[in-house]
Amino acid sequence: MSVLKITNLRASVEGTEILRGVDLEVSSGEVHALMGPNGSGKSTLSHVLMGRSDYTVTDGSVTIDGEELLGLPTWERARRGLFLTHQYPVEVAGVRIVDLVDAATDHGIDEARVQTEAGRLAVRDEFLARGVNVEFSGGEQKRTETLQLAVLEPRFAILDEIDSGLDVDALRVVSRRIEAMTEETGLGVLAITHYARLLTELRPDRVHVFMGGRVVTSGGPELADELEAVGYDGLAERLGFAVPKPVSAEVTEDPFATPGF
Amino acid sequence: MKNHLFTADAASALGGPDWLVARRLAAAEQLATLAWPTDSEEVWRYSRVNQFDPARYRPMTAEELGDPDAETAPGGGVLAAEAGERAALIVVRDGRVVHHELDADLVAQGVTVCGIETCSADAIESHLGSVAGASPDAFTVLHDAFLAGGGFVHVPRGVVVKRPIVVLHWAEGDGLASFPHTLVVAEEGSEVTVLERHASAPHVSHLVNSVVELSVGDNAHVRHVSVQEYGDQTWSIALQRAHLGRDARLSSSAVALGGDYARLRTESRLDGQGAESDLLAVYFGDGNQMHDFRTFQDHVAPRTRSDLLFKGAVEDTARSVYSGMIRIRPDAQKVEATQSNRNLVLTEGAGAESIPNLEIEADDVRCSHASTVGPIDDDQLYYLESRGVKPEDAERLIVLGFFEDVFARLPVPELATPLRRAVHEKVGHLHEDRS
Repeated sequence: MSVLKITNLRASVEGTEILRGVDLEVSSGEVHALMGPNGSGKSTLSHVLMGRSDYTVTDGSVTIDGEELLGLPTWERARRGLFLTHQYPVEVAGVRIVDLVDAATDHGIDEARVQTEAGRLAVRDEFLARGVNVEFSGGEQKRTETLQLAVLEPRFAILDEIDSGLDVDALRVVSRRIEAMTEETGLGVLAITHYARLLTELRPDRVHVFMGGRVVTSGGPELADELEAVGYDGLAERLGFAVPKPVSAEVTEDPFATPGF
Repeated sequence: MKNHLFTADAASALGGPDWLVARRLAAAEQLATLAWPTDSEEVWRYSRVNQFDPARYRPMTAEELGDPDAETAPGGGVLAAEAGERAALIVVRDGRVVHHELDADLVAQGVTVCGIETCSADAIESHLGSVAGASPDAFTVLHDAFLAGGGFVHVPRGVVVKRPIVVLHWAEGDGLASFPHTLVVAEEGSEVTVLERHASAPHVSHLVNSVVELSVGDNAHVRHVSVQEYGDQTWSIALQRAHLGRDARLSSSAVALGGDYARLRTESRLDGQGAESDLLAVYFGDGNQMHDFRTFQDHVAPRTRSDLLFKGAVEDTARSVYSGMIRIRPDAQKVEATQSNRNLVLTEGAGAESIPNLEIEADDVRCSHASTVGPIDDDQLYYLESRGVKPEDAERLIVLGFFEDVFARLPVPELATPLRRAVHEKVGHLHEDRS
């Protein structure tokens, strides 16, 4: 049993504060959904957790079982059990998935394991033979992100908009596989999304609403239903404040941007 | 040209058959009237030619080269083993063939593999220089003035040589110059793969001034691979030129890893309709190396196609130059030509020049060129590191992956593994230096 604990996390980009005191706690086997409007800083959170160098952490802590991750380079965070499925996975020519997971584990994974997972996720052989993400469709990207997740068996996975670019069938395959991991290996999941439809496939234990760079309220799955009914404006009104202005530039970058969800 | 030992007397003293001596003497006399090129000429821009000092080198004597008929290098050593199976082997030391062998069944089919200096004059005189003669400069003339031999491959009409013909070049001797020559004549409808490996002694100042001539007959297919792993103080100035007949096909790959300054001028002239030329290269410089490539895709005939993909990396304070020209002559309609040069600059002190050019004199053509110079993409590094890949391993994977499309297209697949290893070591050395 492991715990990923985020306490009062603050981070900025070029002097602008994006994360404004994030508190979250995810335990092994749990699925947490983090929902927020565009520009609320959701993707920033995923990259700050993973240690991307473009962001400056100004306060707070991120631990797995009490061990501080902030200050560790990205690859060491991954080896401590943190995994990020990227929203826009970058193409790396000539580096196959098997090469990648081989290097990620210092030769700890054989090709057969990758083949088995490819079978479970209906990833065709041609996508294993190519450089990772090279000319992959959105659906293939997310299937192969999930494939890497399954092969590497981390303790916690941050899913950054894993539903974007996925058709319904692929979303189901990916969700079933992640759900199985929560049972098989006790994977803890933090699923960042703005689509409620993900939560019909990947059923969350907890739902957190993220606005203005922090979690403004948390609840059970019924919170997602409320959000769907009243939107972020309605929810903010119930909580007694207005939806903050976007804190990050995600809005302009996101081709799936829709108001609310 | 004064103050060096590349004189007509030295050229004629090398001996050999009369026709070869006469040819050398004519070149030596021409050399005396020429000036060495400078980097103010476009084709030498960014090069190190201004640092070239002919007084640092001397030609070999006939005694040093040894008897042209002497068989002094049986087998081919570890380099030949890496080439896998082969149909023929030529071992060239300091520009002179010291061993050659050819499968008996190919001898029976009329294939010739021999040393230029010992072949019968009839077979060779008509071909030698017929291709390279179209690209004269002082270094080509210097080469001709001291040409003491080299490999000759002749494949008669319709003969298919399935396994590669391997040519191993070795150069040694501090302050010496050598002049290797390879002449490949593939007659109509024939097929042949020639793999050349160039190496030289480390830590000695040596000039290798080489020429490769590829004559690709109508409907013939020549695959040529050259891998250069010269010693760290070798200067290499090389010309490779091919002439392609009707429906001929050339697949040429160059790999440059060694040398201090190593220049390769690669030219492909598509003389016959339907001819196709693919030029590939991989280069990786470290330390203070410079790799310098000049390419010329010369479309003379209509309905010809050429493709070029040159990929390089530089680290430490190494430099590279790629300068390429696609020329479409007025009669060459319905031509397709592409040219792509990609460079990774792995350290701040390193640099790469990339200059693609087009000169199009026909109107119904499809041409494209592309060039990139830049560091490893931070997003790629982050992606791999987010999986738990160590930064140095991530860099190595990305560099190897960058070259992979060229390695995958090498006509001698056995080469890919040792070349990946060589690239792996070069990237690894970068991190040893940093830590």
